[in-house]
Amino acid sequence: MTDATAIAAPADTRKAGRYVYGAAVALLCAWVLVPIYFLLINTLSSPEAVNAFPKAFIPEFDMGSLSFFANFAGILTALKNSVLVAALTMVMSITIGAPAGYALSRFDFRGKELFRLLILLTRAFPLPLLALPLAVMFIRAGIDDTIFGLALVHTTLAIPFAVLITFSLFSGIPLELEEAAWTLGCTRLTAFTKVVLPLILPGITASAIFAFVISWNEVFAAAVLTIENRTLTAFLLQNLDTSPLHLKFAGGFILVVPALIFIFAVRKYLFAMWGIANR
Amino acid sequence: MAEIQIKNVAKRFGEYQALHDINLTIADQEFMVLLGASGCGKSTLLRIICGLETATEGEVWIGGRRVDHLAPKDRGIAMVFQNYAVFPHLTVFENIGFGLRMQKLPDDQVKRRVERTAELMHIEQLLGRYSGELSGGQRQRVAVARALAMEPDVILMDEPLSNLDALLRLEMRAELKGVLAESNTTAIYVTHDQVEAMSLADRISVMHQGRIVQAATPVEVYRNPAERFVAGFIGNPPMNFLPASRLDGGKWQVAGQAYDGPNAADGGIEFAIRPEDIAPSDAGLPAKVRLVEPLGAHLLVTCDVEGTMFRAVLESDLQLKAGDTLNLAPQPDRIRWFDTRTSLAVA
Repeated sequence: MTDATAIAAPADTRKAGRYVYGAAVALLCAWVLVPIYFLLINTLSSPEAVNAFPKAFIPEFDMGSLSFFANFAGILTALKNSVLVAALTMVMSITIGAPAGYALSRFDFRGKELFRLLILLTRAFPLPLLALPLAVMFIRAGIDDTIFGLALVHTTLAIPFAVLITFSLFSGIPLELEEAAWTLGCTRLTAFTKVVLPLILPGITASAIFAFVISWNEVFAAAVLTIENRTLTAFLLQNLDTSPLHLKFAGGFILVVPALIFIFAVRKYLFAMWGIANR
Repeated sequence: MAEIQIKNVAKRFGEYQALHDINLTIADQEFMVLLGASGCGKSTLLRIICGLETATEGEVWIGGRRVDHLAPKDRGIAMVFQNYAVFPHLTVFENIGFGLRMQKLPDDQVKRRVERTAELMHIEQLLGRYSGELSGGQRQRVAVARALAMEPDVILMDEPLSNLDALLRLEMRAELKGVLAESNTTAIYVTHDQVEAMSLADRISVMHQGRIVQAATPVEVYRNPAERFVAGFIGNPPMNFLPASRLDGGKWQVAGQAYDGPNAADGGIEFAIRPEDIAPSDAGLPAKVRLVEPLGAHLLVTCDVEGTMFRAVLESDLQLKAGDTLNLAPQPDRIRWFDTRTSLAVA
């Protein structure tokens, strides 16, 4: 009898554990999916349905709000600007951040710890505080209201992540692997391209995605530093402020979907980065 | 044919002298073990031979060719690393074939050589896997196979078994010895494990503080240590030492007993004997038992001989306990003497 309970107890615990696990997964999914779902419903509803209560769980596929945006003057330009700024941010933060990450991981130099702290400090100053001096400086330098100028600000925001992510990536690759490649017929360059690069590429991609998303979502600097060449976030912020509710939903939807698609497209690299961390 | 010659090699890291004037010749197809405690310079020497480290002074010759200015890939060597260094983004097959691909060999030849080496190391069923799916022992096999597939003149191994558990280490040791004996390569093997060194080596180079203190066969190193350090390092437990004072006619007095010793010694010398070369007898070194450790086949007895710690490995049927006194007689032909000033063996 005692034997039976002794065996049954762990099985019960395991079963209970599975429920908790399942509940946690469901909760996490809901956390992400429910707001997106409501966004979707409201976007695809007619203006009357958006303001009505209770909500229908199946959207009525009213394309009114979306087609309004599609025909809205300037939205395509803003979308193009957003993509350009984000892409430029991605490239610049990796070209600057990855060598810094490599240096932090492979070399010892004076003030290394301080340097790491200083990198994080670039995020310590609130952007609203810097916006005015920045705008003045940009106007003097002649890069105000340009895609490059805005990308420069976004790069500053993204670099700490790029440096720290690539630092941990390079640190995760033992020097022994490079040395093994040298003894097997590689030069320094081929060892890098055949061994180091394939191993860090997923992580580099992931850190590039972070940079892209940071730039895509950033609205304050974009709103302050651009007038004609607004990015999508700044453009929508400016125009939706006074718009009716159903257009706000549609605008939010337009903002979320490209980021979602982008992350979905490169999801395997995100997982690969964690795979490297677990190796 | 790959004889290795190391001529006057020295290495300094800033102020720190890691290697002092190393001279060593390793014969073609010889299995040489570099043995020493950590920090003695054995890995540095191996890395200089490999080309991963440059010597501050001196020359390295492999197969009659001076190589110290060449990159590792041009030296005709292959290396097995302590942490295996199996490439995680490649399958076992591509790992073993990595060096062959770098030589731009045709696919069918790569396939043939990879499969043959994999068979040799008993990993032919793992060829499609990645290193993340392998155990430590399997990774070790892949690392060795990758080196062997290169068909190098020289294979260098840096503590290749130290990350394996004890049982696996024993198994891999025997296997490694068999595989390398058949492969006709010269091998240099770095370890801090003297049992490993004894069982694998044709010759052992014992290293201490950046110098090679003795390079000889395992039995020679064990029986006739060239320096006091070797005598105290090799063997478990190591040799016993007792102070000696000169008597007339080539005799030396050790703990009240007279033994035949060297004539020529001008300074002080020390008496040395291995713990297993001692037997209880009526006359001999007076010893007081401090500790008795039964090891199954033998008794390890730690005693006190005139205030000096002295260990003896004795028959296990002796009835001994702490506090007993007995006389221990050393086997005369196994007694060794060391100069107290130079630490060198004197005959």
